[in-house]
Amino acid sequence: MTALVIAEHDNRTLNEATAKTVTAAAKVSSPVHILVAGQDCAPVAEAAAKIAGVEKVLLADDARYARMLAEPMEALILSVADGYDAILAPATTTGKNILPRVAAKLDVPQVSEIIAVVSPDTFERPIYAGNAVETVQAPEGKKIITVRTTTFAAAGEGGSAPVETIAAAADPGLSRFVEETLSKSERPELTSAKIVISGGRGLGSAENFKLLDKIADRLGAAVGASRAAVDAGYVPNDFQVGQTGKAVAPELYLAVGISGAIQHLAGMKDSKVIAAINKDAEAPIFQLADYGLVEDLFKAIPELNDELEKRGIGQKA
Amino acid sequence: MKVLVPVKRVIDFNVKVRVKADQSGVDLANVKMSMNPFDEIAVEEAVRLKEKGKASEVVIVSIGPGQAQDTIRTALAMGGDRGILVKTDGAVESLAAAKLLKAICEEEKPGLVIAGKQAIDSDANQTGQMLAALLGWGQGTFAHSLQIEGETATVAREIDGGLQTVALKLPAVVTTDLRLNQPRYASLPNIMKAKKKPIAEKTPADLGVDVTPRFKVLKVSEPARRAAGVQVKTVAELVDRLVAAGVLK
Repeated sequence: MTALVIAEHDNRTLNEATAKTVTAAAKVSSPVHILVAGQDCAPVAEAAAKIAGVEKVLLADDARYARMLAEPMEALILSVADGYDAILAPATTTGKNILPRVAAKLDVPQVSEIIAVVSPDTFERPIYAGNAVETVQAPEGKKIITVRTTTFAAAGEGGSAPVETIAAAADPGLSRFVEETLSKSERPELTSAKIVISGGRGLGSAENFKLLDKIADRLGAAVGASRAAVDAGYVPNDFQVGQTGKAVAPELYLAVGISGAIQHLAGMKDSKVIAAINKDAEAPIFQLADYGLVEDLFKAIPELNDELEKRGIGQKA
Repeated sequence: MKVLVPVKRVIDFNVKVRVKADQSGVDLANVKMSMNPFDEIAVEEAVRLKEKGKASEVVIVSIGPGQAQDTIRTALAMGGDRGILVKTDGAVESLAAAKLLKAICEEEKPGLVIAGKQAIDSDANQTGQMLAALLGWGQGTFAHSLQIEGETATVAREIDGGLQTVALKLPAVVTTDLRLNQPRYASLPNIMKAKKKPIAEKTPADLGVDVTPRFKVLKVSEPARRAAGVQVKTVAELVDRLVAAGVLK
């Protein structure tokens, strides 16, 4: 039978989370199809068709899918669900919003945020903010799964799958898009950046948070934050890394002025290398940082910038 | 408009979770239990709607063991009007919880359900969405703000790229994110008053829902631990180390 992956995109570009979900999907069932639902999103379907191992791309191009609202997306996925024995989406806010509706309507319990496929019906997923890992066997029948994409490598390119246009499903008319305020940034996206620099309460203000920008720009890094920094209003909610924010796993995670509550650690402990700068030597972040520097960040950050410049590391900001 | 708020009794968010040696689950013996933090935010939002005259009654529902009564009392002390406990013995999976809540919604006919976006034990983030689908209602998940005007709920949602605002036809399900509000502490007089508020008790059988688990949990294990790192003395040494590790070029 076949797996269906729900594509994550913004109507122009295909998010890398999709190719990562394809990797997970292929371990559950194959071949893999991708559903691209959006408006004027043909380029996304073309990009999806190039993912290695994808047999077919379904394209539903209609105004009602422009923002991928959960209610019309549920109807669309249900309209094609019969042909699939597994339906997967990346565990982004889009995937998390839509897929449980599909699961409920199909009377299938959803496996949320898997980090490993043990066998086609058995999965590992973090629970209790990542303090435990549950190995769970799903019942017979369809599998409905969201995928924590940081733990799966992206499927490569080189495919040339056909794109098949499918009809829009009836819009249940329960919800209407009003507006979107998206953070604009030239920096890489938090969940796919190779380097992430995150700030916490220790930064003290929105103004001070900008100290991290200089280094982020130099290193081509994304900027993240702890919940404390977001709650304090230093940065918007989409910066949050942690149990209830984003999960990241960059090559380098530099935590600045972050004490390291377990809820934060849950979102970044799979990073390859973790470095931490904090003036409190007792901060829990030091218990899992590969390299810890006990220092006032307001002294260390300008020094770090100078040091990088001196050695010609990264772009001059 | 009646507002229904499901609340879950979970391990307190401050407790260090320990996996049992036999890998059958996490150790919950003698561990502090509290209301799921996202559910506290849901209760607060419902009570505020009542204070603003937008809600007529706030009904608190919990699915769990007898001790979930305490969780309901906490919500009643924050300003909920009455409680319903669906008494269960073992763990209840999200889909079964959604079915129980659907049955209660059919009896209570709320105009709005406000739920936490996820419980901090199973971290599944799905019950609210499942409930909305089963009822055929719209949903506003990960709410950052909520406005009720006539037959419409306007919800700003915390999404990966920023904020997205949707308008929902009521009745609807809203799930809370962290920035929606700051839950109040219950005052002593309100805690006393809450003791007199009614809590009805039901069983899954009363509601016609089979809550037999569908998943088989094969084991619960410790996550891979990171080895202890090294303390560096200077910024220059930190950069040396990061270059040597190949993550700075």
